[in-house]
Amino acid sequence: MTRRAIFDNKLLPYALLAPQLAVTLVFFFWPVGQAIVQSMLRQDPFGLRTTFVWFENFVYVLSNPFYLNALRNTLVLSAAVIFLAMSTGLLLAVTADKGIRGRSIYTTLLVWPYAVAPAVAASLWLFIFHPTIGIFGRFLVRIGIPWDYTLNGTHAILLVMLAASWKQISYNFIFFLAGLQSIPKSVIEAASVDGAGSRQRFWKVLFPLLAPTTFFLLVVNVIYAFFDTFGVIHALTRGGPGKATETLIYKVWVDGVVNLDLGGSSAQSVVLLLVVVTLTALQFRYIERRVHY
Amino acid sequence: MAAMKSGNWIAHLILILGVAVFAFPVFVALIGSTHDAGTIARGEMPLRLGPHAVDNYRHAWASAEGERVKGVGPVGRMMLNSLAMGLVIAAGKIAISVISAFAVAFFAFPLRMFFFWMIFVTLMLPVEVRIIPTYKVVSDLGMINTFTGLTVPLIASATATLIFRQFFLTIPDELVEAAKIDGAGPMRFFWSILLPLTTTTIAALSVILFIYGWNQYLWPLLITTQRDMNTIVIGITKMIGASDAQTDWQLILATSVLAMLPPVALVVAMQRWFVKGLVETEK
Repeated sequence: MTRRAIFDNKLLPYALLAPQLAVTLVFFFWPVGQAIVQSMLRQDPFGLRTTFVWFENFVYVLSNPFYLNALRNTLVLSAAVIFLAMSTGLLLAVTADKGIRGRSIYTTLLVWPYAVAPAVAASLWLFIFHPTIGIFGRFLVRIGIPWDYTLNGTHAILLVMLAASWKQISYNFIFFLAGLQSIPKSVIEAASVDGAGSRQRFWKVLFPLLAPTTFFLLVVNVIYAFFDTFGVIHALTRGGPGKATETLIYKVWVDGVVNLDLGGSSAQSVVLLLVVVTLTALQFRYIERRVHY
Repeated sequence: MAAMKSGNWIAHLILILGVAVFAFPVFVALIGSTHDAGTIARGEMPLRLGPHAVDNYRHAWASAEGERVKGVGPVGRMMLNSLAMGLVIAAGKIAISVISAFAVAFFAFPLRMFFFWMIFVTLMLPVEVRIIPTYKVVSDLGMINTFTGLTVPLIASATATLIFRQFFLTIPDELVEAAKIDGAGPMRFFWSILLPLTTTTIAALSVILFIYGWNQYLWPLLITTQRDMNTIVIGITKMIGASDAQTDWQLILATSVLAMLPPVALVVAMQRWFVKGLVETEK
């Protein structure tokens, strides 16, 4: 889309674009190019010789049982975050949209966790579920559940799920509420007049109309669960016990920074890159269709 | 009528429950930050405020190191680092995005759409998928453990550019023409007409981008190894360490409370703009 009235300076627009393009080239395109090149190279252990190995790193990474473990953990974590954050966010948004008294106070009290850093959320829940000092942790032990997230992998991933979802509910709430408010009230009234009960009104009218918001949030939550949960995991479990909470992004970090396996780490980065590109492309296709429709 | 009332009752109940679940961990942390290490370590912490609030917060602010917690800077210093990081990232993203959106929306020049797409596709390249190579670039430029290295690589913003461009496209052509007839050049138009119209968008984006900067985790973890460069969020993880029962939990909790205070206060104070900005941003 171009406007009719424009300025006709020749050099000024390039000067205006220069800072953004400089940062983009140096810190985005160059490193991504490096990642792709690096993912096809292999260095000997002393870093003296580098050989071009085509897709060997990918084959190695994708057939590595630890990678498959990380993939499984990531999918489990994503599914839990999507389910918990979206269903709770939707429930709260639908309830807050009913035009009850004190709605704006409720909204304020429900949006603030958005601002809490994932690692800080982790420290809060850690204090509650610590097996010897946390109130819930001690309670679980007292009623006979041998709760210890530092030894039990299932416990560890449950705690990561909880801390990660808690923080993400607000975001889903904000978007569902905005989505609900953009639905004209006349549509709902029409459904009522036609004799639809409140349950029917929700599932047959509101929920389908919310589909674009739901789809958008689905993608955002997947990206959140894939990447932003790094802080939660690093603060809570460091991927442990025994890799039970190691996700794909955590493995990229461990392999690249701790184990210094640049080829393997880059290959994993490229795989993740493909995931993000696919998700973003899907999202834009969907939004495009909605606009035409 | 009665049915409606009972419906409202349930609605209030659900919302209060939601509010309680959100507030509970903060409430417990707040309590914990007012007791001494021994009370917490013995698992005897009562659910009411203890007598050590002033001590703990003063101690954390001035040093953050306790009996067991070592190797972290004072909370005051770490908060200053986070504040600087949040402000520079927010201001930087807005500054370079508003001028690039201005260029794309108000000028016609060769490769215009190419540049626009170049900025646009960075949406698909979050820092997490290019950690190691970006780290290498920053290290080759000698920017490890520098404030420049901490902030500049995060300053490009496809989202902010898109939003500003979207907004600029709604500015009527007549306004541009009138400015031109009055003899205003492009930069005069930008400063005197365009920017004042953009203040609401800038305010809304500032809140979101400040929080983005304050809450950064992976990037500062990679780029900073020196103690006095730690941000508050990284500092908390370092304080937790192996999360023993015997550690200085009162300091960790006081630090956690302090770490979430600025971004949370900002969201609450600017709620209307923040929500509007967030929803617009992601469209």
